[in-house]
Amino acid sequence: MFDVAVLGAGPAGMAAATEAARRGGRVVLLEESPQPGGQVYRAAPPGFVVPEDADKRAGDALRAALAGSGAEIRTGHRVWGLGGGPLVPQGSPPAPFRVDALAEGAPVTLEARALVLCPGTHERIIPFPGWTLPGVIGLAAATILLKAQGVLPGRRVLVAGAGPLLYAVAAKLHKAGAEVVAMADLATRAEWARALPALAARPDLLARGAAWRAALASRSVPVLAGARVAAAEGGGALERVRIVTATGQTESFDCDALCIGHGLVPATEATRLFRAAHRYDRAAGGWVPVLDADRRTSVKLLYVAGDGGGVRGAAAAPAAGRLAALAALTDLGILSGRAHARARWRPWAEHWRAARTGAAMARMMALRPALVSAIPPETVVCRCEGVTRAEIEAALDDGAAEMNQLKQFTRCGMGPCQGRLCGEAAAELVAIRVGGREHAGFATGRMPLRPVPMEALLGEFDYADIPVPKPAPI
Amino acid sequence: MDAAPGGTILRRVSESLRIPGIARPPEVEFSFDGRPLRAPVGESLAAALMAAGVRRLGEGPGSPRAAFCMMGTCQQCLVRVEGRLVQACLTPVRAGLRVGPA
Repeated sequence: MFDVAVLGAGPAGMAAATEAARRGGRVVLLEESPQPGGQVYRAAPPGFVVPEDADKRAGDALRAALAGSGAEIRTGHRVWGLGGGPLVPQGSPPAPFRVDALAEGAPVTLEARALVLCPGTHERIIPFPGWTLPGVIGLAAATILLKAQGVLPGRRVLVAGAGPLLYAVAAKLHKAGAEVVAMADLATRAEWARALPALAARPDLLARGAAWRAALASRSVPVLAGARVAAAEGGGALERVRIVTATGQTESFDCDALCIGHGLVPATEATRLFRAAHRYDRAAGGWVPVLDADRRTSVKLLYVAGDGGGVRGAAAAPAAGRLAALAALTDLGILSGRAHARARWRPWAEHWRAARTGAAMARMMALRPALVSAIPPETVVCRCEGVTRAEIEAALDDGAAEMNQLKQFTRCGMGPCQGRLCGEAAAELVAIRVGGREHAGFATGRMPLRPVPMEALLGEFDYADIPVPKPAPI
Repeated sequence: MDAAPGGTILRRVSESLRIPGIARPPEVEFSFDGRPLRAPVGESLAAALMAAGVRRLGEGPGSPRAAFCMMGTCQQCLVRVEGRLVQACLTPVRAGLRVGPA
């Protein structure tokens, strides 16, 4: 039995596990990837040596601290099931949390008294005609491809969407030798001007942003502000992208890759599973668990740190992780109230500072309803099940009034991605009809949290093992 | 599959998709749909296929499937390795890996 299980080894999870272990907790950290780092500080595969940069240094520092903390690090673990805590039969006393994972195809189960969730986010990509063409990938996908794999998504690349990732990807592509044919930024120049005061608190980020812009300008890459992708076109794969500019003009660019992202959505499947209280906060990325200042959810001994609790950026995540770890140790009685009060002010102040910049960036990455209204009827929204906007609208006409009903009517969100890819667009389409996302709700959290092969769950079990009672004599 | 318009461009382009200046482990041979390919051992299968110009990984309902999120979320890069469904973006390349459409 562990005192604290931390799920997810991004910046929040690494810091949470480090803090909890250093202060005497028995800690386990579970991560799906082969190495700690999360998406932002994702380590290159073993044997790959990528050039140093600020992100690699930040990631390496967190990894080094974690390695020396005494926390048990379990990478390559895909967590598919959670239980215990409040999920016990009515009338039973609260149980320790149970975590079910799959490690190299074998089932692993462990228990912990407290659970710190650091699930991060997934990328929001609002569908548009041609978004399913090979050659179209996410902005976050492009970052992983460029940073952790050292592979270009294409030779001639168009970068589109919203948020700082847009500039980061464009600059990285350019540096790596790809031709950036254009950048279509959903944000207008006025939006960036409004975000500037919050960015001023982080001169390092501001300098990085200026360097990115300068790099693009030096190659005279067209940067279209307030522009959106109207369509991706091509035969078997992407050949060109049509852009609608701020003035309503259409421009076409030949390219073999499109990197596009419309912001980040907190991953709330685990808190939904535990039936924790959530609230809809568009500026923080969408539905987020209700948290106190020390990252406690509404469920006893359940905590959330990092962007999974609302998008605030990688710089704010480690401080949030430490706050969650300190709260967990205190609630478990490992840390005294007085020690907690002494220890928490520093990460609290650090989080407050970093979150200010993070919040400004999150606002820029928030869902833009105009993108959803622009989805044509025949465009596929749910890729797993092939559900178009027209089919969703038909279900809404037939009376589907919230997300679970839409799922039952159309299978939208019922495929292997479990609604992670289509959920935002689908929920917004429901919201338009029912008067907001609060009414549209969200799909109930269900296990398995990730697809797992049946045979792995069955283990040694064989159908022949089922005891068959002898038939009664006639 | 890449023989559609633009296919020739894709093939020419794919030769140089690996970014120079990164030290990589030695290349090993693997195959996709019977076609022999090479990639550094440990590179993600999704990245290796992309670098080899293989973008279309299968057919979904109503649209083709290709690597999309690269982080194990979207399930669009599902392929079959030795008879089992895996996400190409989470599967490292190993010598002799026989990969096929899901």
